[in-house]
Amino acid sequence: MEIPRIVGAGLVVIGAGIGIGRIGGSAMDAIARQPEATGKIQTAMLIAAALIEGIGFAAIFAT
Amino acid sequence: MVFSNKATKFILLLTLVFAPIFGFANESDDLPVKSEIQVDAHSTQANHEEHAEPTDIKSKIDAFKQHHVLDAHEFSLFEDEATGAHYGFPLPIILWDNGVQIFSSSKFEHGHEVAESNGNYYKLGHDEKIYKTDASGTLTGDEHHPTNIKPLDFSITKSVLTIMIVAFLMFFVFSSLAKTYAKNGGISSGVGRFFEPIVLYVRDEIAIPNIGEKHYKKYMSFLLTVFFFIWFLNIFGLTPLGINVTGNIAVTAGLAIVTFLITNLTANKNYWGHIFWMPGVPTPMKVILAPIELLGVFIKPFALMIRLYANMFAGHIVLMSLIGLIFIFKNWVGGSLSFMLSFAISVIEILVALLQAYIFTMLAALYFGSAVEEHHHDEAHH
Repeated sequence: MEIPRIVGAGLVVIGAGIGIGRIGGSAMDAIARQPEATGKIQTAMLIAAALIEGIGFAAIFAT
Repeated sequence: MVFSNKATKFILLLTLVFAPIFGFANESDDLPVKSEIQVDAHSTQANHEEHAEPTDIKSKIDAFKQHHVLDAHEFSLFEDEATGAHYGFPLPIILWDNGVQIFSSSKFEHGHEVAESNGNYYKLGHDEKIYKTDASGTLTGDEHHPTNIKPLDFSITKSVLTIMIVAFLMFFVFSSLAKTYAKNGGISSGVGRFFEPIVLYVRDEIAIPNIGEKHYKKYMSFLLTVFFFIWFLNIFGLTPLGINVTGNIAVTAGLAIVTFLITNLTANKNYWGHIFWMPGVPTPMKVILAPIELLGVFIKPFALMIRLYANMFAGHIVLMSLIGLIFIFKNWVGGSLSFMLSFAISVIEILVALLQAYIFTMLAALYFGSAVEEHHHDEAHH
């Protein structure tokens, strides 16, 4: 019973990691294209990253 | 000019990086070796089963970490392991148990003794909770989950004391800031020069874009308070005082509940309309969406709570584990490695302290914005 829960939490964290990585990478691309929009892009990036991070933490604490 | 003292900076940096070596050269034959002999003497397995005072270095670090992240009934600054002396000060214990019981936490003797108050006996468990016991202090049940009665605990604990200090500090800083505006004719001075841009940032970059020009004013007081409260507490947590307030789920739950109440009590009919009867989607879809949206109302503040708690909790654990590497390696390689890593993580934690305050405020503003949003489907036309 214990092992599937831990593996599941690990999978969720991997997913969250990929998600945050993609958000960061896309934000980098966007900033490189339009450096003048850096502030807006960073704000949107942080919000999206925070939302995904919440899911990751919820998975860790559910185990 | 700037480049001329580069060499000095480099030497200074090298000295800083390699400073731990000398510390370890002196210390290696002192305390850690003693504890290692103890490990050899007793078998570690037996110690784990007895739950006695941990003697091997790894479980000592573990125990220290566990104690650090928990709230405490005394303010312990540091302790001398060789003599067993504790440096710090006791805090008042306030219990509701057949009337109010007030006594000092020094009666517990750091969890070793049974405290007596008006004929009632209390003992401090390993989980920093107070249990009612008999005169000899026996705890029933297993070591980590005693089944004794827990009286209602209103004590001024370490976290409560820190919250009071931060609240007082904020009141002092910001009320004196407001006074300087009146005195200087609308121009900030002193500490206000530092805080004014931050206050303006919260207003112009967090509140107005997310809530809107029309409604932002009534939420500003909460957003500013919560931003500076979380930021100050996070920064306090990074000081060597060893306070972990925002990494305590009860504190973040309190903040999240206040956010939840403000969001739902100030919401307009448009907000509830979007939850129970989502406009612009087919009717079967509305029925499916309603429970999901209703669940979302509770998930949003829950995520706020977990995010702040887990970030600060994880930060403290990571920092202390890296510092603990020093005592596990006990040589200059581990020492320098631990120093550099924990220095880097500390710098990141300063950033995280600000970032978490920002994110909490930002998401709170986002939720408030959704609560007071006007009907915007027609606005797309003009």
